[in-house]
Amino acid sequence: MFFQQVINGLTVGGVYALIALGYTMVYGILELINFAHGEIYMIGAYLGIIFLGVFTTLGLTEYSLTLSLLLTFIFSVFFCSAYGFTIEKLAYKPLRNAPRLSPLISAIGVSIFLQNYVMLTQGATDKVFPHILETHRIEFFNATMTTLQVFIIITSLLLMGLLHIFVMKTKTGKAMRAVAQDKVMASLLGINIDRIISVTFIIGSGLAAVAGLMVAMYYGLVNYSIGYIVGIKAFAAAVLGGIGSIPGAILGGFVLGIIESLGASFLSSEYKDAYAFVVLIIILLIRPKGLLGKS
Amino acid sequence: MKNKIVLFILWISFLSTPFMGTKGALLLFPGLCLAYGAFVIIKRLSVHFRKIKLPEISVNKKAAYVLSIIILLALPLFLNDYYIDVIILAGIYIILALGLNVVLGFSGLLNLGFAAFYAVGAYSCALLTTRAGLGFWSALPLSVIITALSGLILAFPALRLRGDYLAIVTLGFGEIVRLILNNWDSLTKGPNGITGIPAPFIFGFKLNTLMHYYYLVLIFVIIAVFVVRRVYYSRTGRAWLAIREDETAAEAMGINNTNFKFLAFTFGAFWAGLAGALFAGKMRFVSPESFSFMESVLIACMVILGGLGSIPGVILGAFILIILPEMLREFQLYRMLALGAGLVLMMVFRPGGLIKNR
Repeated sequence: MFFQQVINGLTVGGVYALIALGYTMVYGILELINFAHGEIYMIGAYLGIIFLGVFTTLGLTEYSLTLSLLLTFIFSVFFCSAYGFTIEKLAYKPLRNAPRLSPLISAIGVSIFLQNYVMLTQGATDKVFPHILETHRIEFFNATMTTLQVFIIITSLLLMGLLHIFVMKTKTGKAMRAVAQDKVMASLLGINIDRIISVTFIIGSGLAAVAGLMVAMYYGLVNYSIGYIVGIKAFAAAVLGGIGSIPGAILGGFVLGIIESLGASFLSSEYKDAYAFVVLIIILLIRPKGLLGKS
Repeated sequence: MKNKIVLFILWISFLSTPFMGTKGALLLFPGLCLAYGAFVIIKRLSVHFRKIKLPEISVNKKAAYVLSIIILLALPLFLNDYYIDVIILAGIYIILALGLNVVLGFSGLLNLGFAAFYAVGAYSCALLTTRAGLGFWSALPLSVIITALSGLILAFPALRLRGDYLAIVTLGFGEIVRLILNNWDSLTKGPNGITGIPAPFIFGFKLNTLMHYYYLVLIFVIIAVFVVRRVYYSRTGRAWLAIREDETAAEAMGINNTNFKFLAFTFGAFWAGLAGALFAGKMRFVSPESFSFMESVLIACMVILGGLGSIPGVILGAFILIILPEMLREFQLYRMLALGAGLVLMMVFRPGGLIKNR
């Protein structure tokens, strides 16, 4: 039972970690809680259903399921990145020099807008992810794990690894770290800050899109309101690990996922959503910089 | 510039294709072009209008106050029940927004879980009247005190945090309160809510028509405006403003930041408790869905829309955000969409709110 819950927690935690990466990168650079990030995740889940539906009508799913899934992933990531990019340009860029409160309110505005936009265009009822994937059960010790769970954990770990390499090794990644350290100095050294911020939003939104798609596949149901609560939890994960730190967000995501699934099975499942906040408040009180944060 | 706008509109239409379908996206393009055209025309016209000088009218302030109070007193005689109902709701929200204005506008502490205090006030009143068998008038001050104390409790963890962290922790607090209300079935009856809250009496006279409530709420609104205004111009208000502008400088000037922040949280929660109790007394029914995160956002919007820290602004903001959606009932589906877009536009074009606080 315990081991089973840890596996479930790791699956959810992988998703939280992917979304938390977007929060932490944006916060590291702009010092802004991007409330709309949870909505990007929700849009990713919807786009998965929409594109898979299109491919089914085109007959591509019957021809090759892997190819159509791959294309769904690519299209969703592309559109979500485009959404993230556009949101930054429209709602955050004009407020770059405004007081701290303004971009936060603007982010909440974008979040409300996107939620209602999806609700109006796609309906307020739950959408079902087409059940086309066969999942096998893998038994080990006394827990079971579905292939989908393996897929989710591996994909998230893989993406995190790729992101780590990108941030550490490439020129753009180095520029991102420089901008996060000191915007003015970075711009004096010839880094195009606007471009770096756009790249940050594009990458973060892409990761959120993958997370959304995987959750849609895992639970099979999507609703326009899923973004808010998951977004807040992912932000809690980012704070837990130390906001601004990429390994921190990954650790925080997994820790939060495990805490939540253990709490839901051993304490009370009704208060499942509250654990993230309780953990968040405790962490902020004991160690405001987070688990891996630099002081 | 014009090419850029067209390209931009094309890009938006492209982005919305998966959600709206090709037909919808194709319709969106001319729609957005028209909206842009209207925007340009309005902008040009507004330049012309600005040249027209209105004659200066000198207003006797006292006469204006007396006149507006007379109008407010006479108002329900001319309106039907539906409008009175809406205005009562607006009055309750004015008290709420004034409370948040103390925390957010005066002291600059972003509280995104203000609906939690509203909920504490409403539920205390509901529980005290239905379970403990108290009358409305003894339950009202008790629930206000309980709410103020809950503000004090939240202030303990919240005061060590700044800015965005504070926003998230208060948001978490709001969510925890909502979850408790939703799941503690034996006390709060869960999602069904509490019914049968008795109507208040005054000297044995039962207040059960809307008109009575109108006057009741009006009295409390006037008290709230008066008290908050006096506090704003007092030493305490000045101290809050100093903390909002620069914490370090305020500390250096000998202001005890911690104490004043505690006071701001408690004082803000106090008004939320009053609004909550009035809400419970008016609706005679409370349920957790009235106190969601969106409610907190709505209250924050009232404060920000009207102008942070400005009391007339906050009243205007509460009025607009309650009355406007009621007037636009036909577009009910779109009102949250408009609220979201409105917030962004507001922040980009007029970040100070409608009535700027100097």
